[in-house]
Amino acid sequence: MINLLYFAGIRDLTGVPEEQAPLAGRTVGELLEWAEEKYPGIRGGGARVAVNEEYALEGDVLAEGDTAAIIPPVSGG
Amino acid sequence: MSIYEITDKPIDPQRYADHVLRPEAGAVVTFTGHVREWTKGIRTLYLSYEAYVPMAEKKMAQIGGEIEEKWEGTCVAIAHRIGELDVGEVAVVIAVSSPHRKAAYEANEYAIERIKQDVPIWKKEIWETGEQWIGDQNKKPEVRNP
Repeated sequence: MINLLYFAGIRDLTGVPEEQAPLAGRTVGELLEWAEEKYPGIRGGGARVAVNEEYALEGDVLAEGDTAAIIPPVSGG
Repeated sequence: MSIYEITDKPIDPQRYADHVLRPEAGAVVTFTGHVREWTKGIRTLYLSYEAYVPMAEKKMAQIGGEIEEKWEGTCVAIAHRIGELDVGEVAVVIAVSSPHRKAAYEANEYAIERIKQDVPIWKKEIWETGEQWIGDQNKKPEVRNP
């Protein structure tokens, strides 16, 4: 299983801060497709994915036990 | 030793300036970012910041590492506050020391630009007329609950 984390406006959309999904072996791009199907609109607005606390590319493959965070555009400072 | 931290407590900027001060440093530049009341004509009552804390601290440390590599002899400390902040309160502090002032000024500006690009921290503006998570700061906020 993959642990998924949601923040800020994306958490408002999902209604939960985290969940697990059977996405081990799938790519980050496939994770985004899965999330878009479950939560329409989640990909809009330029969300990025971080895997194990590092920004990932859409082609990166998820491994069992990874933590993937869907990161909406940041606004610190 | 450097400090890169997310905190839910009020920030004392002097603590970070003191932290980077060393005998070989002839300059310390400290930047503080504050909660602004007016943004493009809309009045903010307070802000609420959220972070993906472990990743945010890691990204801030990476930015510090980039700076110490780009500007020789610099030392960096960064803190960002989360939770609810009132107008005027310190949201972020960046302290950079260096042997000479030019590097400290440049490195400090580099740090805030990098924070705004990559560090997973989000700001929600709360107005008299509604509230919104802010993503792209160049976009005019839209009032959702007028």
